[in-house]
Amino acid sequence: MEGILALADGRTFKGTLFGAIGEAEGEVVFNTSMYGYQEVLTDPSYCGQMVLMTYPLIGNCGINPEDFESNHPYLSAFIIKELSGIPSNWRSRETLDEFLKEHGVVGLQGIDTRALTRHIRDKGAQQAVISHDLSNPDVLIQKAKKSPSMVGQDLVQQVTCKEPYEWNEGDWNLHTGYSQLSHNGLKESFFVVAYDFGIKRNILRRLTQVGCKVKVVPATTPAETVLKMKPDGVFLSNGPGDPAAVSYAIQNVRDLIGKVPIFGICLGHQILNLALGGTTYKLRFGHHGSNQPVMDLDRRKVEITSQNHGFAVDNKTGNDDVEVTCINLNDQTVEGIRHKKYPVSSVQYHPEASPGPQDSSYLFQNFITLMKENR
Amino acid sequence: MPKRTDIEKVLIIGAGPIIIGQACEFDYSGTQACKALKEEGYQVILVNSNPATIMTDVDFADKTYIEPVTPEVVAKIIEKEKPDALLPTMGGQTGLNTALAVAEMGVLAKHNVEMIGADVDTIHKAEDRQQFNEAMARIGLQVAPSGYADSVEQAWQIVKTTEFPAIIRPSFTLGGTGGGIAYSEADFERMVEWALSASPTRRILIEKSLLGWKEYELEVMRDIKDNVVIVCSIENFDPMGIHTGDSITIAPAQTLTDKEYQIMRNAAIDIIREIGVETGGSNIQFAINPENGEMMVIEMNPRVSRSSALASKATGFPIAKIAAKLAIGYTLDEIRNDITQVTPVSFEPTLDYCVVKIPRFTFEKFFKTPPLLTTQMKSVGEVMSIGRTFKEALQKSLRSLEIGISGLEENFESGGELLHENESDLNKLREMLALPHWDRLWHIAAGLRRGLSVDEVYKITAVDPWFLFNIKEIVDFEREIIQTGFLDKLSDGDLRKAKQMGYSDLFLAKLLNCKETEVNARRQSANIVPVFKRVDTCGAEFEAHTPYLYSTYEEECEANPSDKKKIMILGGGPNRIGQGIEFDYCCVHASFALREENFETIMVNCNPETVSTDYDTSDRLYFEPLTYEDVLHIVQKEKPDGVIVQFGGQTPLRLAIALEQAGVPIIGTSPDNIDRAEDRKRFKEVLEKLGIRQPKNGTATSLEEARTIAEEIGYPVMVRPSYVLGGRAMEIVYNQDSLDRYMRFAVKASPEHPVLIDDFLDNATELDVDAISDGQQVVIGGVMEHIEEAGVHSGDSACSLPPFTIPLAIVDDIKQQTRELARELNVIGLLNIQFAVRDGEIFVLEVNPRASRTIPFVSKAIGVPLAKLAAKVMAGKTLSELGFTEEREISHIAVKESVFPFIKFSDVDILLGPEMKSTGEVMGLDTSFGRAFAKSQIATGIKLPPQGMVFISVKEGDKSAVGKIGKSLVELGYQLMATRGTGDYLRNLGLEVAHINKVKEGSPHIVETLEAGKVDFMINTTFGEQAVKDSFSMRRASLTQNLPYCTTIPGAFALVDALQSLKTSSLSLSPLQDYWKNEIQTT
Repeated sequence: MEGILALADGRTFKGTLFGAIGEAEGEVVFNTSMYGYQEVLTDPSYCGQMVLMTYPLIGNCGINPEDFESNHPYLSAFIIKELSGIPSNWRSRETLDEFLKEHGVVGLQGIDTRALTRHIRDKGAQQAVISHDLSNPDVLIQKAKKSPSMVGQDLVQQVTCKEPYEWNEGDWNLHTGYSQLSHNGLKESFFVVAYDFGIKRNILRRLTQVGCKVKVVPATTPAETVLKMKPDGVFLSNGPGDPAAVSYAIQNVRDLIGKVPIFGICLGHQILNLALGGTTYKLRFGHHGSNQPVMDLDRRKVEITSQNHGFAVDNKTGNDDVEVTCINLNDQTVEGIRHKKYPVSSVQYHPEASPGPQDSSYLFQNFITLMKENR
Repeated sequence: MPKRTDIEKVLIIGAGPIIIGQACEFDYSGTQACKALKEEGYQVILVNSNPATIMTDVDFADKTYIEPVTPEVVAKIIEKEKPDALLPTMGGQTGLNTALAVAEMGVLAKHNVEMIGADVDTIHKAEDRQQFNEAMARIGLQVAPSGYADSVEQAWQIVKTTEFPAIIRPSFTLGGTGGGIAYSEADFERMVEWALSASPTRRILIEKSLLGWKEYELEVMRDIKDNVVIVCSIENFDPMGIHTGDSITIAPAQTLTDKEYQIMRNAAIDIIREIGVETGGSNIQFAINPENGEMMVIEMNPRVSRSSALASKATGFPIAKIAAKLAIGYTLDEIRNDITQVTPVSFEPTLDYCVVKIPRFTFEKFFKTPPLLTTQMKSVGEVMSIGRTFKEALQKSLRSLEIGISGLEENFESGGELLHENESDLNKLREMLALPHWDRLWHIAAGLRRGLSVDEVYKITAVDPWFLFNIKEIVDFEREIIQTGFLDKLSDGDLRKAKQMGYSDLFLAKLLNCKETEVNARRQSANIVPVFKRVDTCGAEFEAHTPYLYSTYEEECEANPSDKKKIMILGGGPNRIGQGIEFDYCCVHASFALREENFETIMVNCNPETVSTDYDTSDRLYFEPLTYEDVLHIVQKEKPDGVIVQFGGQTPLRLAIALEQAGVPIIGTSPDNIDRAEDRKRFKEVLEKLGIRQPKNGTATSLEEARTIAEEIGYPVMVRPSYVLGGRAMEIVYNQDSLDRYMRFAVKASPEHPVLIDDFLDNATELDVDAISDGQQVVIGGVMEHIEEAGVHSGDSACSLPPFTIPLAIVDDIKQQTRELARELNVIGLLNIQFAVRDGEIFVLEVNPRASRTIPFVSKAIGVPLAKLAAKVMAGKTLSELGFTEEREISHIAVKESVFPFIKFSDVDILLGPEMKSTGEVMGLDTSFGRAFAKSQIATGIKLPPQGMVFISVKEGDKSAVGKIGKSLVELGYQLMATRGTGDYLRNLGLEVAHINKVKEGSPHIVETLEAGKVDFMINTTFGEQAVKDSFSMRRASLTQNLPYCTTIPGAFALVDALQSLKTSSLSLSPLQDYWKNEIQTT
């Protein structure tokens, strides 16, 4: 069935629908990862967005029961060049098409995805509508124009858990799958409360693997509730939307700083910086991919990182006690900070990878060290 | 880290001649390395014996030694030049091995030369199987279980752990001789015994076979600060068991989830660290079990490679250039990405297209070898295509191959192997599929067409179902196209869909029974034309400033052509025997020259190994098939002021007339004049008009005609199909029986063109002339005398510049005839003529109004860049304006010698003939013929024995000549051994000759003696089918023993000359720059 993508600035692309048939609305962003579409699909940070994959051949490995980053896809649509007619991978259990149908996600294929990418690159990420109704593109363009932009949107509420829960799953292994780890009663384990702003499972797996007993709490959990749990450390997760709009989280984090070691990733990094008095701004089209070079300013070493963010932290941190620890070598944006006095740090990129390179996986170990020193 | 200032002078070792497994990708890499180091202000010393390389152009190094790449020679160069550092990773296995040998000789330590990029320990760790396996165990990675055995008993012990099928590799044999795959206990013992006997050290490696596993490669780079990036992932279409050089490969890897890819990526990073490649690139190969994802490390190359060249072209990330910069101390974050201009190269390229590489084979030239692919590489070239889908890229690659197909065609005749005439005979097809024939892709398509399921084909071939399904989509759509029946019934939508699947106009025309031009016209009217996208390393995340383009059928075109004066150069396509690096060299020169003349240059080519397809070479690069359709699209987009077709060999020449008719402005010699030289009948008229003699000849379109013509001319005659390069299917026939047999074969080989029959000039001497003409003035570049007699293909014959036996008066006549022919054909650009001289009479054999194979050799011998000058002439300059008005006299001798791939092809004879078999060439430069010839022989890899036993067996007609040779050899201190006839003749001359039996005379015979290593070199000429057959095993034995051999008398004379010169003095070495110190340079 034919489908159309209408951008708020008036440009349209015609292709073929797959997955769920219907209409979808959201901000179009492009992701340059060549691998890991299953992880991308289930990353809650894409809530409210249509994800355009720049690699043209998608669905080749089907969908397997293991590579999920959350319980279902949160993105509003998936845009690709060509859907594989066959899944070919020993772990595959269903096709990408079946998976999207099951979860009601609209897919669009057969468009000039490179042209769309270039358009987004030059004109910026923007709202769009995908529809099966090609009769009046202008109506769709108007709809896209009216669709609320990411700026000012608190999307965390849509993806955070309703109730706290504990997490016991560790890293994935080719032969045995995910390990189940219990740190109960272990001397060397660390109790970490993880704020769920849309947390990716691999963060939880990595924390668990390095020795954390993890309790995930809803985004709105008050700081004092968290402190009452007497955690060794607090983790601030990734998530969708505008960090500045998540004021309750900013306030809670502000109340935690100085009282407990904190480590944040992505949205968690942005929220931490806002809590520390910094500012955030929207990037033109963000960083979404698995090949972003980040320079660790201490060691002067480069790590290839996985990234997925549309907002960034301003390099004028607004706080003399905050220092930038790493920067993106493509555009010199802030990739990580640390507090000079308190055991508080965060990174903009995704050391949990999934998808993407695992070069910075050691950061989870660093968090352990931080907690150990501040016990 | 900034670049190192403690080194100033860097020695780079090149890869030497083009051989199978080591082709012009090392010129691409080496050229990048030279450029990068010079840019950074280092003095570059280069050694490479291959004159057809861009890297050996005098501009690319401060001192260019066109000398044999052997440890002895490199050691001498080090003594002379005293470099601070040696970069061993740019010259393939040759470069690495030579560097290792030099290090082990103590030369590096003695002269305080540092090995940069990879050091001795690293190279050993990567190359020595045992050390490598131990290293992998240390970092917890699996390798295929294996073990060394010195006896059959040990072998049985090892195979208990490795299990069957088992791969058996004898140690220290050339070209994998004696190795194989044992499928069961029944084969095992016999194969082990054979392998043990083949190994000079009686040592074999037995390895678990991973047959049927999927094969992957990663290209990894590391800098001195231990930053590591993966440049590219590659997935092989063919499963394990086929050499990766012979596999169809795809970038990026298609069937890995992120979890699996990251396991591989982490492993690659651990490996490069553990092996200790401090700076530079490595290629690491992995096997994956498709059933459960289990991964094994196959091997690692701690250097640039064929795959790194492919990865560079596939991603836009120039691995060799960056490796060179890392070697001198830069880190990845300090090097800027040329394409984006704003980001560093410390990142991992992401592709938004699919790349397919397909190897090109020449089994037809070695038809006694079964056309099966194994762990030993046999392909001679490759093509690469870029498309937005695998289907599009695959079909673009197929038509790039130039093997007479326009896509995944049904009626492709695969080297006479299999025709699918019998639709019901699926079992035959299943049997074919079970073996890795070089053309298995077509068999797969044939099977899917006939209803075999993807699953069944997968079970038989182990080719991943993802690839098979894509092929199925292509053949399914083919059926739909055929069912529409007519072009005008095909909807616009379906036509567009076909183009998106990579169907060429020609393929569609065949399916719809119409003309290619009709499909083209229909498309144009429906506005179904390709757009051009850029290769940008980043999936469009950043703007691309480098116009490196490929075509596809989508919406947005990024070609963005300029309105500058521009000239387009059509490249040579895939390397093959007869058309290789020499033509790429000329294309690159054209590009450089025209840039100097302020033209914008546009390169079109599909060969990923070459310098021409470096995005740095021309202003704009179109990585596209060289077909009428694809070239025309680019012309329509770019609207160049001129298109050059005479530098890329037959590939662009074949398109010349059609392109001109389509209004393409072809510059240089007109296609009509090219045709006058190529078309036998028209050429005869030219010669008659000028009163120039050619061997009696005729053109036959039928067997009857051929018989009549041959009768008129008189046997022996030379027969060949028209319009071929490299003497494809060219033969000397001595009687009517042979002619009859040939006509059946030849007509099959080239159905559209008639057969040419020439008088064969027995015992004549051949000469090659390269000249340049601007339409007014003709200047001779050089006259080369072939060392082997007429009848040996000019591409296979050694030659000397200047001539060494032909009298001056005759050479002058030859030059005069060259000038007349150039004027008559109104040549603008280059011209190559082959002459034969017999008893003082001159015959013209052929005229090629285009760049020839010898242009780089002549250019380097005379110190004049002929291809550059020719490009400028074609763009309107006169030779006077360019300052090249007189032939350059030289006071030294340059010898070109050819290099052959016989060792890779079992059951093939090493005798030379009119069909070209060589893959590459070397150059020997010195002040005397003997010394230059000696250098050329050493450069081909032969060890010239200073003393020892010479075995001689010659045909009747050569006996008087061999008498002189025998005498000279004895005077030089060699002993002689001969079979009865030759022996008696030599003894009659008073020479002492040991007797040895012919094979048919019984043991102890010559083959046993050769295999026992009792002979140091061999002179063998033979005549007649039976004699050739009888002496075959003897020549083959000399080949596997790597003995110097001569199969012609002139070759033997030259070798004696060489041995003599080596006796009198040791070789002296001079850089090319010194040969021209006192000459006036022309541009």
